[in-house]
Amino acid sequence: MEIKYYIGLAVALFCIGVAGVLTRRNAIIIFMCIELMLNAVNVLLVAFSKMHALSALGKAMPSVVSDGQLFVFFIMVVAAAEVSVGLAIIVMMYRNVHAVDVNFLNRLKN
Amino acid sequence: MNNVLQLVWLIPVLPLLGFLINGLGRKHLSKGLSGLIGSGTVLGSLVISILVFLSVKNGNTPVIHYFDFINAGSLKIGFDFQVDQLSSLFLLIITGVGFLIHVYSTSYMHEEEPKDFAKYFAYLNLFVFSMLLLVMGANYVIMFIGWEGVGLCSYLLIGFWFRNNNYNNAAKKAFVMNRIGDLGFLLAVFWLINKTGTTDFQGVFAGISKLTTTDITGITLLLFVGATGKSAQIPLYTWLPDAMAGPTPVSALIHAATMVTAGIYMIARSNILYSMAPVTQAVVAIVGLSTAILAATIALRQNDIKKVLAYSTVSQLGYMFLGLGVGAYTGAVFHVMTHAFFKALLFLGAGSVIHAMSGEQDMRNMGGLKKYMGITHLTFLLGCLAIAGMPPFAGFFSKDEILAAVYAKNPVLWGIGVAGAMMTAFYMFRLYAMTFLGKFRGTHEQEHHLHESPMAITIPLMVLTLLSVVGGWVGIPEALMKGGHHFAEFLAPVFAQSDAITVKHTMTHSTEYMLMIVSVSLALVTLVYAWMKFSKYEKTDKEETGIGKVLENKWYVDELYQTMITRPIQFMSKYFNEVLERKGIDGFVNGVGKAVNYGSRQVRLLQSGQVGAYVLLMVLGILVLFIIQLFL
Amino acid sequence: MQNLGIRFPDLLIWFPLIAGLACFIMRDEKKSRAWALFSSFITLGISVASWLNAGNPELNGLTFSYEWLKYSGVNFAVSLDGMGRLLTGLTAIAFPVIFISTYRNSYKNASVFFGLMLLAQSGLMGVFCATDALLFYFFWELALIPVYFLCSRWGGEKRIQATFKFFIYTFTGSLLMLVGIIYVYLHTVPTAFSEHSFSMRAFHAALLSPTEQNWLFWLFFIAFAIKMPVFPFHTWQPDTYEQAPAATTMVLSGIMVKMGLFAVIRWLLPVFPLAVVHFDKAVIILSVIGMIYASLLAMKQDDLKRLVAYSSIAHIGLMSAAIFTLKEVGMQGVMFQMFSHGINIIGMWIIIELLERQTGIRKISELGGVAHKAPVLTIMLVVIALANIALPLTNAFVGEFMMFSSLFSYNVWIATIAGISIILAAVYTLNMVQKVFYGETVPVTALIRDIAWHEKFILAVLVLIIFVLGVFPKPVIDLTLESVKAALTRFS
Repeated sequence: MEIKYYIGLAVALFCIGVAGVLTRRNAIIIFMCIELMLNAVNVLLVAFSKMHALSALGKAMPSVVSDGQLFVFFIMVVAAAEVSVGLAIIVMMYRNVHAVDVNFLNRLKN
Repeated sequence: MNNVLQLVWLIPVLPLLGFLINGLGRKHLSKGLSGLIGSGTVLGSLVISILVFLSVKNGNTPVIHYFDFINAGSLKIGFDFQVDQLSSLFLLIITGVGFLIHVYSTSYMHEEEPKDFAKYFAYLNLFVFSMLLLVMGANYVIMFIGWEGVGLCSYLLIGFWFRNNNYNNAAKKAFVMNRIGDLGFLLAVFWLINKTGTTDFQGVFAGISKLTTTDITGITLLLFVGATGKSAQIPLYTWLPDAMAGPTPVSALIHAATMVTAGIYMIARSNILYSMAPVTQAVVAIVGLSTAILAATIALRQNDIKKVLAYSTVSQLGYMFLGLGVGAYTGAVFHVMTHAFFKALLFLGAGSVIHAMSGEQDMRNMGGLKKYMGITHLTFLLGCLAIAGMPPFAGFFSKDEILAAVYAKNPVLWGIGVAGAMMTAFYMFRLYAMTFLGKFRGTHEQEHHLHESPMAITIPLMVLTLLSVVGGWVGIPEALMKGGHHFAEFLAPVFAQSDAITVKHTMTHSTEYMLMIVSVSLALVTLVYAWMKFSKYEKTDKEETGIGKVLENKWYVDELYQTMITRPIQFMSKYFNEVLERKGIDGFVNGVGKAVNYGSRQVRLLQSGQVGAYVLLMVLGILVLFIIQLFL
Repeated sequence: MQNLGIRFPDLLIWFPLIAGLACFIMRDEKKSRAWALFSSFITLGISVASWLNAGNPELNGLTFSYEWLKYSGVNFAVSLDGMGRLLTGLTAIAFPVIFISTYRNSYKNASVFFGLMLLAQSGLMGVFCATDALLFYFFWELALIPVYFLCSRWGGEKRIQATFKFFIYTFTGSLLMLVGIIYVYLHTVPTAFSEHSFSMRAFHAALLSPTEQNWLFWLFFIAFAIKMPVFPFHTWQPDTYEQAPAATTMVLSGIMVKMGLFAVIRWLLPVFPLAVVHFDKAVIILSVIGMIYASLLAMKQDDLKRLVAYSSIAHIGLMSAAIFTLKEVGMQGVMFQMFSHGINIIGMWIIIELLERQTGIRKISELGGVAHKAPVLTIMLVVIALANIALPLTNAFVGEFMMFSSLFSYNVWIATIAGISIILAAVYTLNMVQKVFYGETVPVTALIRDIAWHEKFILAVLVLIIFVLGVFPKPVIDLTLESVKAALTRFS
């Protein structure tokens, strides 16, 4: 498949993520939208890696073949860690204000 | 005789010591002791001055260098004293008359508390010290030190009774007026430094060829501004009559021996500069004459005994400046000397009267004092005759010399001068008649209290009377006695340089006789008229009207200065303080602060705490970066 | 002594610094006060020793410096020349005087107060000794920062506002100067160790075009002008003087304003000679406007402290004008006047402080007749006030005479206009003397007592200095001769 379909998918996912973050007030959904954006980037990374890997084969640039894929793993690991921290925050938030609406937390004090 | 010259430094230092002892020990000294120290130190200076005078007469006129005062770059000013004919003469006048005033004060100020008494003598000594410094300085800077010093002392002494705010105002006025003049003096000194590189009299006069006519005219005019302040000439004369606020002996000191003669001394000292600046000479003569007339007219209608004398001083100083203006330096200095005698006499006499009258100064409440105070009356009468210019008293010779020189220059000026002399005779004998003749117009209490003053007061009066009578005989004009003008001979070396370039107007002796006869007889007529008129003076409550009122209010000059100068400055100061400083500069500075404050308050609104808003801004930011990256 | 490696500039800087830090750890008010006084006397002793050994270059550090940041060209370079000796001397005299005269004042957290005072002293010493631009900047700030704290913690009612204003003003100036310093630094020629150098010599030799000099001149000048202060950068001064604690005000007006003048002579003139010649008239005119303006304002002040503040602005105006005449006489006058102005104005503050402590009032209109109750105080005040208006035979006359003389040869009209301030000075000073000290007593002054012996002593010392320098100014004038010549070498 041509690269443009992957890019199209990634852009679509990313835009959905952005739109979600911008419009929703539920912290969990915002969180999921952030994940969506991250994964859009992952898709791109994998796709480009695959694309460049073909042209790089046989040349003296072995790392190009797998760099993109490796980064995706990194991102997934970091994202997993982040999710756990984020969820913990959301849980604490729910315990305190009995809501997951981010606009309830618009001030730093109190 | 050279040994005497080694003691010259003691002349000013002795009064300074007196000042320090009396000033620092004022709480511990008894009245007798502080009076003794005060008078004794001046007596010491007098003795040395006499010795110095004799030495100078033998031809010793050195400049004595003590130490470097200011020595920076090209500017070299030494602490030097110049002893010559002119300064030794002034030394005699200052210490001589000064000493008599000190003696007089021991009795006059006796009612003060011991510490005030000591303070008084300390100030008096400081005054004499400053004046001595002024006349002994061998350069304009040392002269200026004394010049400002006498201003300070007059401030301290006029405001001696500092509980009274009017006195303080008078003191302040004297100081500020003097400072205005001093600025002129200073600028002249800077001009001299700038052009000749020195302030030494000898250096300046020797290097006079370096100066252009403009320079000389400018310098002399500025120096004259200084003289108008110190010697109370138009336009800076108004402080002197107000200076009456001080104790009477102080007035005598200011008017006779020190302070006001400083201007005359300075111009006489710089005679060569003035002789080379005809424009300035004309200005000096005109200012002098106008002052003489203006002050005389005011004196006609004053009722305070000291005020009359004060205006007469201003008027007599005007004559001296007139003399200086027409190049009669000897005559002017001669008049300084004779004036010192009779004016000190008159003031001290007035002090004696005031003393007897328990502080009363209004002549309308006096009268008939002749029979109570014999010595005071007689000495005062002789003083009045001297100032009115009656021969053979001292004032006749000096005034005659000035008027003769004026006639030679311009007969019209002479005519005005004689008119002034008539007024002098009039107001002096008005004063005399209102005070001593007729019948007593004061209260019974005052009448009961009337008495002749003690010896410490009458002896100085008698000495001064003697001097007022014979003082003029050292300067008898050629027309009356060949070789009679010892005074001119003595001073000749000082004025030699300027005499050489002055155009001589010779007059025949018959013209001189005529001038003398005219002026003396006119003065005599007015004198007799005033005597007749005011010996029968009766107190009335009638207010003065017309010109009399204007004269009584001194031509409203004080009021004029108030509106023309003081008010605008006050207004400007107020405007700057309230508008420019607060609203302008501070407003700008605070405005910057306020703008920053306002700006940050606006920016703060973006920090809403809404996560969504932050994210939106972030996305917008990313988009902007995208656009910049892709399309620009 | 030579072999001990002790150098006066180092001692003058380090001793107050260490003494100040030691002061912080003391808890007891009495102890810290006594310690501050004691250490200020030691500093005075060091300063006197440096005067006595003026002829010995090794001891005065004319030849050496420690390396600090070697490869950036920053050195801990200090030295004492005539001008430095004069001003460190002033600083050294001023602090004991200040401590004694305010000995009766009690402060919260006295140890911190005195510690900060000593730190400021150290900073001042550093400013007057530094021959390295970065070091100079460092000390400049070290002198100022303690003052911010002193004003904001121990000041009067509106102290926060006043300190804030003071801070903003001076800090703006300092930052401008820092930018200038770095710019000049980047244009210095390489040395053996570094590409550029902050040393004074390198700054003198910096390669700057006339245009660069012109705008750099203003960066530096504004910083110095704020400190002096020159019209129109002066409005922080009356407020700060009014609000700062008395001891701090004395430091500020007696010594710190001299930092600005000193810096102009030490740094501005030699580094930007072309710009100085270009802008001399502008600066002189600003200064003279400031003289008249401040004198007029002083006439209308009702608060004693504000009056003195404005009169100080007028005097400083004359000094800054005289510097820019670029003449030896004028510059000598400035040197002399920096010292005498310091003495005189500290005297003024002491008297105001003594009055305020007894009556609690500084309003001229509410006081009166003090002379009846406190004759000694009055005499001291009159002498100091007269010195302040430059009466002959007082120290200020000598300085003002030289400065006016040089201003006159620069331009007659400017000198004449500046001369008006002499008259105005007499007016406002005598007005103040009359209203506060003469006349009848008022209720607040009826119970005033004359001053105590230690206050008498300290004022007598000041008065003595006033007269001695007024009659024999020569030693001080000779002291600064070389510095003046050095400052002017690039203009002759």
